[in-house]
Amino acid sequence: MKLDPRIPDGPLAQKWTKFKSSVRLVSPANKRKYEVIVVGTGLAGASAAASLAELGYRVKSFCFQDSPRRAHSIAAQGGINAAKNYQNDGDSVRRLFQDTIKGGDFRAREANVHRLAEVSVNIIDQCVAQGVPFAREYGGMLANRSFGGAQVSRTFYARGATGQQLLLGAYQALSRQIGLGRVRMHPRHEMLDLVVDQGRAQGIITRNLVTGELRAHEADAVLLCTGGYGNAYYLSTYARGSNATAIWRAHRRGALFSNPCFTQIHPTCIPVSGDYQSKLTLMSESLRNDGRCWVPKAQEDRRPAAQIPEGERDYFLERMYPSYGNLAPRDIASRAAKRVCDEGRGVGSSGLGVYLDFSEAIGRLGESTVRERYANLFAMYHEITGESAYEAPMRIFPAVHYTMGGLWVDYHLMSNVPGLFVLGEANFSDHGANRLGASALMQGLADGYFVLPYTLGDYLAQHKPGGAKKASETEAFWEATEAVQARTKKLLGIRGGKPVSDFHRRLGKILWDHCGMSRTRKGLEQGIDAIRGLRKEFWEDVNVPGSGEDLNQSLEKAGRVADFLELGELMCRDALERDESCGCHFREEHQTPDGECARRDKEFSHVSAWEYQGEGKAEVRHAEPLAFEEVQLATRSYK
Amino acid sequence: MKLHLRVWRQKSKESGGHFETYEAEGLNPNMSFLEMLDVVNDRLTQEGKEPIAFDHDCREGICGSCAMAINGEPHGPNKGATTCQVYLRSFKDGETLTVEPWRAKAFPVLKDLVTDRSAFDRIIQAGGFVSVNTGQAPDANAMPIGKEEAEKAFDAAHCIGCGACVAACRNGSAMLFAAAKVSHLGLLPQGQPERAERVRKMVEAMDAAGFGNCSNQYACEAVCPKEISADWIARMNRDYALSLAQKL
Repeated sequence: MKLDPRIPDGPLAQKWTKFKSSVRLVSPANKRKYEVIVVGTGLAGASAAASLAELGYRVKSFCFQDSPRRAHSIAAQGGINAAKNYQNDGDSVRRLFQDTIKGGDFRAREANVHRLAEVSVNIIDQCVAQGVPFAREYGGMLANRSFGGAQVSRTFYARGATGQQLLLGAYQALSRQIGLGRVRMHPRHEMLDLVVDQGRAQGIITRNLVTGELRAHEADAVLLCTGGYGNAYYLSTYARGSNATAIWRAHRRGALFSNPCFTQIHPTCIPVSGDYQSKLTLMSESLRNDGRCWVPKAQEDRRPAAQIPEGERDYFLERMYPSYGNLAPRDIASRAAKRVCDEGRGVGSSGLGVYLDFSEAIGRLGESTVRERYANLFAMYHEITGESAYEAPMRIFPAVHYTMGGLWVDYHLMSNVPGLFVLGEANFSDHGANRLGASALMQGLADGYFVLPYTLGDYLAQHKPGGAKKASETEAFWEATEAVQARTKKLLGIRGGKPVSDFHRRLGKILWDHCGMSRTRKGLEQGIDAIRGLRKEFWEDVNVPGSGEDLNQSLEKAGRVADFLELGELMCRDALERDESCGCHFREEHQTPDGECARRDKEFSHVSAWEYQGEGKAEVRHAEPLAFEEVQLATRSYK
Repeated sequence: MKLHLRVWRQKSKESGGHFETYEAEGLNPNMSFLEMLDVVNDRLTQEGKEPIAFDHDCREGICGSCAMAINGEPHGPNKGATTCQVYLRSFKDGETLTVEPWRAKAFPVLKDLVTDRSAFDRIIQAGGFVSVNTGQAPDANAMPIGKEEAEKAFDAAHCIGCGACVAACRNGSAMLFAAAKVSHLGLLPQGQPERAERVRKMVEAMDAAGFGNCSNQYACEAVCPKEISADWIARMNRDYALSLAQKL
């Protein structure tokens, strides 16, 4: 299969402008004849649904939560990047583009990333116009902070709740369109299948999570804005409901899945405290503006932090990466933390933790300034651990946080299935093998507000309005509905001996051990075997109580975990086949003498794209080569 | 540690409900309240019974999904925290806890502890926004906004829409929720053109959804996990009166 990324010709910096001025358009009178389905209401989904409705399209929006305002974008803490250069510190579109390509360890598509950097500035304008209360300086201008992997201050923020404020901005824009009757909103609905007919995405099958009713919805195009799949690891910073079902079902219907092994493990999360734990909580990367990471120099040093003198502390990020220090990118900081813990120098009762210390910042800035910057994060830390980070350093450890992989899309954000578009974290497109902090919010909103409204028009202009047939009239819809019914029945019929959570927890452990911060051929092979065994056991021994005809949270979870059990194997296989180290993907067989990633550009400067072959059959791996014309491939260094 | 639970069980919106008691044993004080419910639910599943349905998602106090009263207090005993941020160390070993869904006319129970809070969305849909289409915005720094104003607007905008304010109110009023949004946008220059219309439409939507009136008890402020100030209610009342006067 040849993958055509459909990148426009011409110099990199002019591609998007040229594209916008030459795409096909749909006339205002015709827009209202097209129906568009948007699944998911996070930053990407809400911004896309609102923008498309503003343009005049008829939009149907779906989310599994009880309100579109609760999508997990809401939990993003630290900020959103934009190349505004308001700080006069040398930032530019070009520099944001370069930082993102380098941060992703040269595994992202240049043209997409450059476009992202270009539209970043419009996002901030749009959000301010909506009333997003970003942090300000006393003179009334917007404030910025620094984030990892950059030497400029380009991150806009709203205390430690930037994602919440940006999402509420998009939610308000979406609500306006719902109120005007241009978006029909379906909360508490889960997409359980994609309908592909005559080679095009034509609709979806949903389950009403309150009544259990299955329904087919037809449309001229389908947008999946359903987020990442990090919950495959069970313990993660994701919301409990975040799942891969929409993209996995689309994958099974033919959409290629790219770079599934690229999963971001975030360095600063609150460490695991017990087996009962249901989720991990992030402590924003913004804390590394002022917090310093350290562990004792000596192994098994069990003294409280305050009793360890300055000279016996190892500020390991500052020592290993002097030019970026505590603001080294996430993959690098996480591996460094793992390394010092592996050496027996970790802190806390489990030994799986490092300190993030604010005493120097409190001394330099005063406690009130630190409180103003991070109060809600310190409060969250206190609620969970019962400790005050004003008095003693935080204990942090890496945790699964984001997935760079996702469904393959071209420059238009369209998958290989015509009419199926994928936005935000659900696609693979912009972050390569490692995402920089504050870039997820940027990408979600870029895709929804500023990219898709152009590219979707180009697609629809080629198809007659109202081309999607009535759902009741096509065989493809019936087939998909029956497949969903059969699966639901199967899950409810097993009545085995173990709850869903038992399988999910075990899958998470396999993935964390074998497909986590450090990977080996042998470990991945073991992981694949273990997942296959677990999947078999799941379908024989899971216990899903209740019925399919009402609100049944066990059934919802079971369907999602069943999909994770398939996706988990593909994650391991992708990690196995990518026989190099890059960004988050650290294969122990491929490292430099000082333990950094050793890429193999000749063999692996490409995007993997997996094609589903049917139940129990090995997927086929395709590749889209990456051409670097503007940025020179180099060994990534933050030293 | 162990806890005795009295949990509201209700099959559907139409059916009646009742309390059932459960013993939760072998608990760790560092568990969150919802993790304790997870353990109880897994046990119920093993026993062939239906687990307790409850809304939850981010489990870090920001999505606003979790919504239950513990011993009559929305979100339980901790100040400035959601249910998911309550840890068992807040309770005594052997304590009896009564767990109920939000009780309010405008939030019907769908099942067990799950309620329908879509009335909040309808209030926002009526006017809780700035009418600006994508692409229309001027440069973000073209409009200076004082630091203190921006901070105040954030304080109001931080509302997570959980509905605890309604559940705590003897009148089932949504005044704190609506006032937070009215104030967030009303404090900012971007929100001025639609200020009068916004408050009018949102108050109308609030009344239409069946929320009660405010009788100045401030139970809402006391239980708000984001500690949104009841002062915003006074501000909304002022804005509302002004908007009616303008209409005359």
